[in-house]
Amino acid sequence: MNEYWNALAGGLLIGLSAAILMVANGRVAGISGIAGRLLQGVQATTGIVFVLGLIAGPVVYRLFAGTWPTVTVTSSWPLLVVGGLLVGFGSRMGSGCTSGHGVVGLARLSRRSIAAVVTFMIAAVVTVYLQGYFQ
Amino acid sequence: MSGSVFSRLLATLASGVIFGIGLSLSGMLDPARVRAFLDITRDWNPSLAFVLGGAVAVSALGVLMTRRMQRPLLDDAFHLPANRVIDRRLIIGSAIFGVGWGLVGLCPGPALASLSLGLPATALFVVAMLAGMVLHDRLQRVGPRLQGQGNDRIGLESGRLP
Repeated sequence: MNEYWNALAGGLLIGLSAAILMVANGRVAGISGIAGRLLQGVQATTGIVFVLGLIAGPVVYRLFAGTWPTVTVTSSWPLLVVGGLLVGFGSRMGSGCTSGHGVVGLARLSRRSIAAVVTFMIAAVVTVYLQGYFQ
Repeated sequence: MSGSVFSRLLATLASGVIFGIGLSLSGMLDPARVRAFLDITRDWNPSLAFVLGGAVAVSALGVLMTRRMQRPLLDDAFHLPANRVIDRRLIIGSAIFGVGWGLVGLCPGPALASLSLGLPATALFVVAMLAGMVLHDRLQRVGPRLQGQGNDRIGLESGRLP
């Protein structure tokens, strides 16, 4: 049951983060967009500051929780490379990922984001389903 | 200009840190949990639905606040996506992203945040992810037609939907 409360509390914090960026700076908290622009050298300072904050998040969490958050990676190294390439390429081509389309886009009732979220959820569920037969 | 560059960077930093704490608390950093959430036909763990639910709820409050504002607190104008066309790029890109997300269980936010744990596996994923982003942006610059810009509408323009 605890994991449900933690999931909800974590979600509320993620929403707060997106709300701060929207209300204070008028910008979308989309990680793939921020990272992609950073790689292009566009809004580089903003991008670096956001990413450094993002990386500092688990460290702050550890100060309060006493332990690092659980990260269980079972994928082989080739799979990590393929998955990473697809996530990077696809999120740029589709103009967003779980944060930009999911957290912010759905909140704005953007039709593009609703279409994107439905598409990547179906693709991810089908991928995990099929993977079950090849492992 | 309302609000200095520094104040905007401070808001950006706060947003990033809170995002990272939220990811850590929620369980989204754990690819095994994410894949269990996506594994709806076998051993489904639906808890991560509460992450998206909670996040969208608070984010929507922020959006509602901005509806009453002429401009954001610290800037002169909102910088929001103007594109409203559901095109092939959006759908194919999202599908590609979804396959990668399902394969490993990491999306860009959790992948970057988990760098702080210093795990070689997530670092490798991040390098590949950034390479994928650069690859896309290079291809887009070289061949806009390859990416089908402007002439590939599926016909779902937002204004015409029921």
